[in-house]
Formats: sequence, structure tokens, C-alpha cells
Amino acid sequence: MDIVPEITRESITNLIFNDKREDGRALDEYRDISIETDVISKAEGSARVKIGGTQVIVGVKPQLGSPFPDTPDLGVLMTNCEMLPMADPTFEPGPPGDDSIELARVVDRGIRESELVELDKLCVEEGKHVWMLFIDLHVIDNCGNLFDTAELAVMAALKSTKIPTATIVDDEVVIDKENTFDLPINNEVAMCTFVKIGDKMVLDPTLSEERVASARLNVGVTKEGRICAMQKGGAHPLTKDDIFSAVNTAISKTKELVEYL
Amino acid sequence: MSEMIREDGRKYNELRPIKIEAGVLERADGSAYLEVGGNKILVAVYGPRESYIRRLLEPNTGVIRCRYNMAPFSVDDRKRPGPDRRSSEISKITADALRPALMLENYPRSMVDIYIEVIEAEGGTRCAGITAASVALVDAGIPMKDIVVGCAAGKVNDEVVLDLSEVEDKEGQADVPIAIMPRTGEITLLQSDGDLTEEEFQKAIDLAMEGCMKVSELQKEALMKKYSTE
Amino acid sequence: MIYVEDKNLVIPGQILADDDYYPGRGTFKEDGKICSSLIGLVSLRNKKIRVIPLKSKYVPKKGDVVIGKINDVRFSMWDVDINSPYSGILPAFEVFGRDKKELNKVYDVGDVLFLRVIDVDEVKKAKLGLKGRGLGKFKGGIIVDISPTKVPRLIGKKGSMINMIKNKTNCKIVVGQNGLVWVKGDEDMEQLTREIIHTIEVEAHTSGLTNKIKNKLCLAIDGELPVEETEEEFVLEKPKLQNFKEELEQEEREKAEAEAQIQAENEEIQEAEVEEESADADGEAEAEEEKEAEDKPNFYEVIEELKKKNQTKKDKNLSYSDNSKNNSFILNNR
Repeated sequence: MDIVPEITRESITNLIFNDKREDGRALDEYRDISIETDVISKAEGSARVKIGGTQVIVGVKPQLGSPFPDTPDLGVLMTNCEMLPMADPTFEPGPPGDDSIELARVVDRGIRESELVELDKLCVEEGKHVWMLFIDLHVIDNCGNLFDTAELAVMAALKSTKIPTATIVDDEVVIDKENTFDLPINNEVAMCTFVKIGDKMVLDPTLSEERVASARLNVGVTKEGRICAMQKGGAHPLTKDDIFSAVNTAISKTKELVEYL
Repeated sequence: MSEMIREDGRKYNELRPIKIEAGVLERADGSAYLEVGGNKILVAVYGPRESYIRRLLEPNTGVIRCRYNMAPFSVDDRKRPGPDRRSSEISKITADALRPALMLENYPRSMVDIYIEVIEAEGGTRCAGITAASVALVDAGIPMKDIVVGCAAGKVNDEVVLDLSEVEDKEGQADVPIAIMPRTGEITLLQSDGDLTEEEFQKAIDLAMEGCMKVSELQKEALMKKYSTE
Repeated sequence: MIYVEDKNLVIPGQILADDDYYPGRGTFKEDGKICSSLIGLVSLRNKKIRVIPLKSKYVPKKGDVVIGKINDVRFSMWDVDINSPYSGILPAFEVFGRDKKELNKVYDVGDVLFLRVIDVDEVKKAKLGLKGRGLGKFKGGIIVDISPTKVPRLIGKKGSMINMIKNKTNCKIVVGQNGLVWVKGDEDMEQLTREIIHTIEVEAHTSGLTNKIKNKLCLAIDGELPVEETEEEFVLEKPKLQNFKEELEQEEREKAEAEAQIQAENEEIQEAEVEEESADADGEAEAEEEKEAEDKPNFYEVIEELKKKNQTKKDKNLSYSDNSKNNSFILNNR
């Protein structure tokens, strides 16, 4: 079922040409969004986010580890994504593939480059012990636009994350899981994904729109409207105008998205 | 012995609270969500569908394949993603537990995939997975002789008790997970792990079967709730 | 002894009756009890119990008309995805006869065709053909997919549902028995029809659906509800038949009727829409026979005749009756 029927390609392209979509949305309109946090009590931070039928669960688990040698006083972020075979009939079981790794890295970039997690506050003992935040993304239902769903889910999960206190006693780290502190976060970020169909840039694509699109653009924006991550995907090019108009839309849409957090 | 109150306040023959919901995912052909105690399990079923793994297919019937997987954040210490020996074994016995109920003769050379995701684990995930998988199979419209249901009994403080929690499983002396076809009472999964006398073993089986019958009612309710017309 | 009523929702393993009843499709007999093997609705006809599934995958049957997508072009055939666990093949011979042509110049990957299942082999692979009026490649329009078990509900009794939608939206609609539906009309009407079809799929097992759909259509198109008519509320048909044999005959008859209906529905609108096949000469002739069948009041007789003709003709691509052994959809027709 991977090949898109030619008449489906035509009908979607024609609709978009007339500024219409299969589900009646405007070209720059999101599907319904819902966010739940603290959905997993064994994870220190968690969220379940839905955009339309697309559903992602994120769990955040802090673990003590060694810092990178060049940043001895900073905590570490690790983002991993599993595109579970339950989410889509074409997803295969097995280690993360290219798409899964790209998704994890683009989502990670939005979080990392906006420097919203105050990593210096995750240092327990400089050069020796820092908190490593494992952000695990579980895609459980794929109805298009995994990027924006995943970014929102990671953002929501981080905001709900509680870090245990750790102190050094006689050169040993003592972890106190009873006394926690909120993960220090100083900003919010969201991602807006567009696909190009015909000559138009379409926000929050559905699965069938993704399948007929010629190219994709992810724009990560902070709530103050600063661009922190971008990625162009797909087999065809974009024009400068495509990109500028998408960025402009993304900046205004991000304000809407962070309202959900 | 029936006077004994367990660590979480339950009686010896009491199940943890259970919630089952059918048809929770858009893309999958069938799906189910189950919570029992602190366990959260999501199951998706795809099929019968074409499979390119020829060697797994059979000329006279459809086959099933099961993948049990634990999310990295489902346990206290983050689990490395991907299969390990434990999840491979559970995948296998889950498929074996469900297979006797399936009637796939009309779908030769096809495959039914069952994906069990443990979102959060708190003891007894394999039984919970089987219970949820059955509901997802029904939801997918797969023909079956019965709706398989799983439940465990075990031994804690020298007492045979129903549906061990994570703490009881860790501290207890034995765990006996079973799965049955409730209409006939036939057993499709049995494991036993720990120290039991013959008498205790029989008691555990009886207790687990009782538990299965209760969970079975909840499976039926979930399906009826999803599809009945008010 | 029976434990359920007609149209009850049942689940796998549920005991439906003792063995003084006959087990039909969707059921099995064990230890003297008839049990359901599916989640679905009970269909009780006289002494025969069946369960009409709520969901199921399409399994190709000889004689069915299906909508398929070309997935691959090979040396002498096309691989066709027919929305099923089993793929179909369209042999070049079925299209060109003995002529040699380049396959992908005629139908290419991604093309959507209306086809007939002309044969099914022992592993259920479907051999497809295009002989018959209305069969061929679709141009324009959209594809909507529903569960194949909901196809009869979408058609409605004697085409009541589908005709209402067609009339109201002015769309052409072709329904494949594999659950794929082709819709072509005004752009907005196509989308409305998609929405309507999905509503029917979700609410197929609720009563008063035809009225509900009518209201929805009127509201969307005219902006107001239809003028109140004393709508004949759907009445349960309870044939008073004396024995099992008669009942079976009745079933066969209705089935043939329904098939003729799908046929009629689809052909009517198809003629102008698909590419005419050059190697279609005898297909035309058969289509004419089918047309006849539509016009006559008693489909059953006509079909019997057709069956005989077909046997002598040794042509297998038009046989309503071959698949009657396991065709369940008519009972879902309210």
C-alpha cells in the first residue's frame, strides 16, 4: 500500500491548489491537539500528545553519568526515538532506522539549541557526576506529522520532569528520590512542519498529504519567535520564498502551540 | 488464611483494579489498552496481511507473530530499547497462549502481527499483555474460538495469593502465570517460577483460574462498550 | 434452545444456541453448542444462525468486482493491490489478447482500475480481468476505503443508500466489493461524500441510518433539513419459511439480487468514465446480458439462465452464482 494512487495524488494536489484540504482545514491550520502529562508514574517526566490521530508518548528518565570531557559541568541530553511497528503497517520491528533517527535528532535539536534546559543545574560533581536525561520517544500511532507531535510531547514531558536530589557524601553519590526538584527550564519551543504540494506550503500534513508531497520543512521556534532548528527533507527542492513564508507562519503558529503546554 | 491482608491492602483472592478499553488506535486493524494495578499495556494488531517472510507462512492457515516490548521508561531504571532474552521468551509464549483460540483457516499464507507495548510495568505484564492482545484481536475482527485471558497466582509469606504486584513478585516465593480459554477452561499458558508444594500448586491454579474468569468479564464489557449502540 | 436474538452484538466464544439450530458463517459448533467466532451481529433466519462481522479483511472471490491499484508492472502481467491479504494479478493476455504491447504504456504503477476477479487459486491469489462493461481505469475522482463488511450497508436495500447519496451530491460512485469506493464529482461534493461514507461505515450497525444520512446530506447541501416525510422506518423482515432448503434458496436469491444491484449501480455510471477496452468485444455482449438481468423483475430466474449460458460458453468471467457459497453481505442489508 506504499504506492500512492495517481488519482489520489491528483485530487489532493487539486484541493491544495484551491486552498482546501481533505479534512476541511485551512493550509495553515493544525488538527486538534491534546496534551496529557505525568502519564507514567515510573518515569520522572512523561507526556502523551495527540495531533489529530497521531499519537506519541514520551518518557524522561534521569540517570547519573559522566559528563563529556569538553563540558565537565553540564548535564547531558539523550534523545532516542522508536517508531514502533504498532504505529503504522509499514514500520518494521528492529533497531531505529533512518527516519527514526532523523526524527529524534531534529526534535533534539529544537530542545538543545534553544538551550531551554539549564544543563549547568544538572551537574552533581564537576567532571565526575552529572545527570543524563534520557528522553525516549515512543510513536504509537502515525497519522502524519510526527515531528510536531514529538516536539510538543518532549517539551511537555520535560516541563513535568522532576529530578531527584543528589549529594556527595564521602566521595559517594547519594540519591534522594523523595526530595526532587523541577527540571530547570527557561523557555518553550515548538516545531512547525510544512510539506510542499504543488506550489503551496501546507502546515501539519496528514499521512496522505505527506505521501504526495514533494518536500518537507521543519521549523523549530521558541516562544519569543526565535528560530532554533530547521530541517529540509524530501526528494525535491524548495524555493527561498517557500522557506521564508513557512518560517513566517511558524513564528506565529508557535505562539498558539505553546499555549497547549 | 483468608484473613490475611496483603501489603497493598488486598485480600488473598483479590485482583488489582483493572481498566480495559478496545479500539484505541487509528492505524492498527485492532487495538486495546489495559491497566491493571500500575501496569499500562497497549496492544495493536495488524492483519491478516501479506508477509514477505515466506518461511513463516503456512499453506493451509494464517499464522501469528507476537512482539512483546518494554518501553525504556516503563521501569524504575531505564531499560535499554530493543529486544532482550526475557522479552523474546515472553513474545514466544504469548503467541503460543493465543494460538489455540485462533481460527485462521480462511486466511492461508497470511500473517497476523500482534504488538504488545508495555508502557509501564508493575508486575504481571505477561498476563496483562495476553489479556489485552485478545481484546485487540477481537477488535481486529480476527475469528477466534474464545477470548484468551491471563492471570497469575503466587506464593507470598507462605500463602497462595492472586495477581502478584511487583513488590510481591520480588519478595514472594513463587509466581504462576496462566492463560485460559474461559469457555472450556483449557489452559494455554503455564509457567511456574519458585517453590511450591503440589497442594499449593493446585491451589494456585484454581485461584488463577478464578481470577481469569473475573478478568474475562471485563474483556467482554470493554468490547461490548466499544461496539454496542447505546 | 437459543440464547441470543437477531441483531444482537456477540463476541468470539459466546454461546449462541444448542444444536437444534444450524451453524452458519461466523459461527462454529463445539460440544453440541453453536458459538460465535467473531465480534459481530447475529443474523437469525429460521433455524440458521450466522454472525455478520463488524470488521474483516477482503478475501478475493471469483466473480467479485473490486477496485485495485497497480503496484508493479512485470513482463507479462500487472501486480494489483486489491486491499486484501492477497494480491491480484492482471495478466497481459486479459487486456491485449494475443497482441504484444508495452504494458506500462497502458496501465502504469499507481493507476486505479475497476476489475473483476475471474479466478482465485488455492492460495487465494486473485486473477483479475477487465472484460465487462464498466471495467477499466478510473480517471479523476477520489478513493475512499471502508471495511468490506460495510459495503452492503453503503449500497442499502436495492441501492437505496447509494442512490440517495448520488442524487443528492451529483457524484458518480463505484463500490468495489473489497471495500474501496471511487467517487467523482464536484470537488466539495467529493469530500462531502467521503465524509458521508465514513459516517455510514462507523454507524453501519445503528438503526434509522438512512434518515440520518439524508438529514446530514440535506443540511450540508441545502443548508436545511428535508421536509418531514412519513419515512418508512426500517422494518425487520422475517421470512416465514418452512424449512432450511427454502431458506437457503431465499438467501441465494437475495444474494444474486444484491450482486446484480452492485453491478447495475456501478455500470450505469461507469460507461462514460473508463477507458474503453479494445479487446472487449465479448465483454460488451455479456454486459448486455447483465443489463437484461437488471430490467427483469425476477433476478433469480435470469441468473439461473445466465449460469446455464455461461457453462456452455466455458467463459468464466461472469458468474454470479459461483461465489454464492460464501457471500455474506446481503444480510447486512437493512
